[in-house]
Amino acid sequence: MTSSALAWPGTARGLSRHPLFQRTAPIVTVVAALIAIWYVAAVLMNLTLVRDGFEREETPYTTSELIAGTMSAERPLLPAPHQVVETFLDGVFGYAPNAPRSLIYHSAVTLSATLLGFVLGALLGVALALMIVHSRVLEKSLLPWIICSQMVPILALAPIFIVVLGAIGLQGLMPKSIISAYLSFFPVTIGMVKGFTAPDPMQMDLMRTWSASPRQVLAKLRWPSAVPYLFASLKVAISISLIGAIVAELPTGAEAGIGARLLAGSYYGQTIQIWAALLAAAVLASALIGLVGLAERITARSMGARP
Amino acid sequence: MSNLAEATTVLNPPPRRLAVDVTGVSLTFQTADGAVDALSNVSLGIAEGEFVSFIGPSGCGKTTMLRVIADLQQPSSGQLLVNGMSAEQARLSRAYGYVFQAPALFPWRTIEANLKLPLEIMGFSDSEQAARAARYLALVSLTGFERKFPWQLSGGMQQRVSIARALSFDPALLLMDEPFGALDEIVRDHLNEQLLQLWDKTGKTVLFVTHSIPEAVFLSTKIVVMSPRPGRITDIIDCNFPRDRTLEIRETPEFIRIAQRVRNGLRAGHSYDE
Repeated sequence: MTSSALAWPGTARGLSRHPLFQRTAPIVTVVAALIAIWYVAAVLMNLTLVRDGFEREETPYTTSELIAGTMSAERPLLPAPHQVVETFLDGVFGYAPNAPRSLIYHSAVTLSATLLGFVLGALLGVALALMIVHSRVLEKSLLPWIICSQMVPILALAPIFIVVLGAIGLQGLMPKSIISAYLSFFPVTIGMVKGFTAPDPMQMDLMRTWSASPRQVLAKLRWPSAVPYLFASLKVAISISLIGAIVAELPTGAEAGIGARLLAGSYYGQTIQIWAALLAAAVLASALIGLVGLAERITARSMGARP
Repeated sequence: MSNLAEATTVLNPPPRRLAVDVTGVSLTFQTADGAVDALSNVSLGIAEGEFVSFIGPSGCGKTTMLRVIADLQQPSSGQLLVNGMSAEQARLSRAYGYVFQAPALFPWRTIEANLKLPLEIMGFSDSEQAARAARYLALVSLTGFERKFPWQLSGGMQQRVSIARALSFDPALLLMDEPFGALDEIVRDHLNEQLLQLWDKTGKTVLFVTHSIPEAVFLSTKIVVMSPRPGRITDIIDCNFPRDRTLEIRETPEFIRIAQRVRNGLRAGHSYDE
C-alpha cells in the first residue's frame, strides 16, 4: 500500500491504463481544447466592444481588466462558455418549470412537437418504404418525389405550411409537428427500403420453398432483417425532428419553445440567451438520441445480438 | 395438415413410385454475354426412397437442376413431375425440404425458434411445433441447444440445424445443395455418416448436389454425372452398397471402381470443353 503510494510514476502509469481513463480521456481532451479555443475567440471578438465601452466612459483600464471585461460583457458578440452555462443553469433551475423564462418550459413545448412529429414521420416513413418495396410502379413514381421533397429548404417551406394549415384550422402543436414529420420521414423511408430488402437471397428462397405468403415473409423475415436499419434511421430522424420543430417555431413568431427563445434573443441582442437556448437544444437532442440508442440495445439483446 | 400428410404417406406405399420425373428439360439464361444453356434436354427418373447425388464441375447445371425441381426456377421447356405433381403444386403442397450451401439460419431466432419457423408458416399448432422441434433436434443430436442463437454454434452444428429444419415438416423429398461444401473433411465425414443414418431411419428420397467424388459414392444409390456448356447428364451410375454402410467401405475395391468410373465420366465431360 505504502510502497505503491510512494512509487508515483508507477501509479501514474497504472492510472493511464484504467479503462475509465482510456475511455474518457480522448473526449475530455477534445472538449477541453474546444473550450480553450472558445475562450480565446471570446476575448478576441469582444475586445473592441469592451475597449470602446471603457473609452466612452473615460475610465482608465489595464490589460487584465480589459480581458476580464471580454468575459463578462452583458451583450457580447461571443459569450464566454461560463456565461452560457450560467444562463443555461439559471434558465433550467432558476424559475418554476412553467414560468415563461424557464428553459424547461420552452424545451417541453418544443419536445412535445418533436415527439409527435417524430412518431408521425416514422410511421409515414415505414409506410412509404413498405409501399416502395412491394411495388415496382410505386418505387418509380414515389421515390423521385420523396427525394425532391428534401431539396426545398425547410426554412422556405415552413411559413407556407403554417399559413395553409392555419387556413384549415390547424394551429399550435399540429403544424409544428407536421413540419417536423416532413423532415424526419425521409431518413426512415430510405433506411427502411434498404432494410426491407436486406434479407439474403437464400433466406428469401427458403421462404419460397415453404410457400410463405407475402405477409408472412414481411413479418418473419423482412421486418426482423430491417431492425438495425430502423434504429440507424430513427437516430437521424429524431434529431432532425427537433430541428424541424425549432425551425417551425421561427416563422410563427411562437411565444413558447426553443425557437421562440432564439428569436426573442436575436430581437433584443441577447446573445447569451441565444447560446443558452442552443445549449438546451443540444442537450435535448443528445438525450433523445441516447433514448433511441437505449431502445436499440434492448431490442438487439432480445434478438440475440452478440454481446 | 400434418396428420393428413402423414396419412397419405402411410396409406399409399406404392412400390418405388417415381418421386421425381424429369423429361427433356432445358433452361436457357439470357445474360449480357448472350444465352447460356444451364440445362440442355435433361431426362431423369428418381424412384421413391433413393439417394441420388449430382456431381460435376461448376457451371454444369447441378444446382440449377435442384432449383428447377424446387420451383425456384422455371425451365424453358420440358416436363417435370415431383411426386406426380407439377413443380409448383409440389412446392405449394410443401412436398420437399431444401438445404442450401450455407445454413441460412435466421440470426435473431434461437435454434428452437429457427426449427419452428417453417412450422409456424405452415400453421402447425403450438404443441405440435414444440414436439417436432424437440424430436428433430434430437434426430441431429443437438438436444440442449434450444435456447442458443446461431452464432453460438459451430458451422457443422448450424448445418445440422438447417437439415433438421428441412425435415421438421416431414416432406417426402429432401433437396440438398452442397450442404457440407463449406465444412472441413473431418466434420464432413461425420455429417455424411449421420446423414446416411437419417436417410435410413426416415426413408426419404434425397437429391444431393456435391463436388466431392468420395462423398457422392459413399452416400448414393445413384450418381448422376453432369458436364457443363451446355449443362447435361453424361453418365448415371448405380451404386448399391448396403444401407447401413460405414466409412470403411471407402477402402473396398468396389468403392474404388465406382469412384474411378465417376472420375472418368467427369473427365469425358471436360475434354468436350477443349
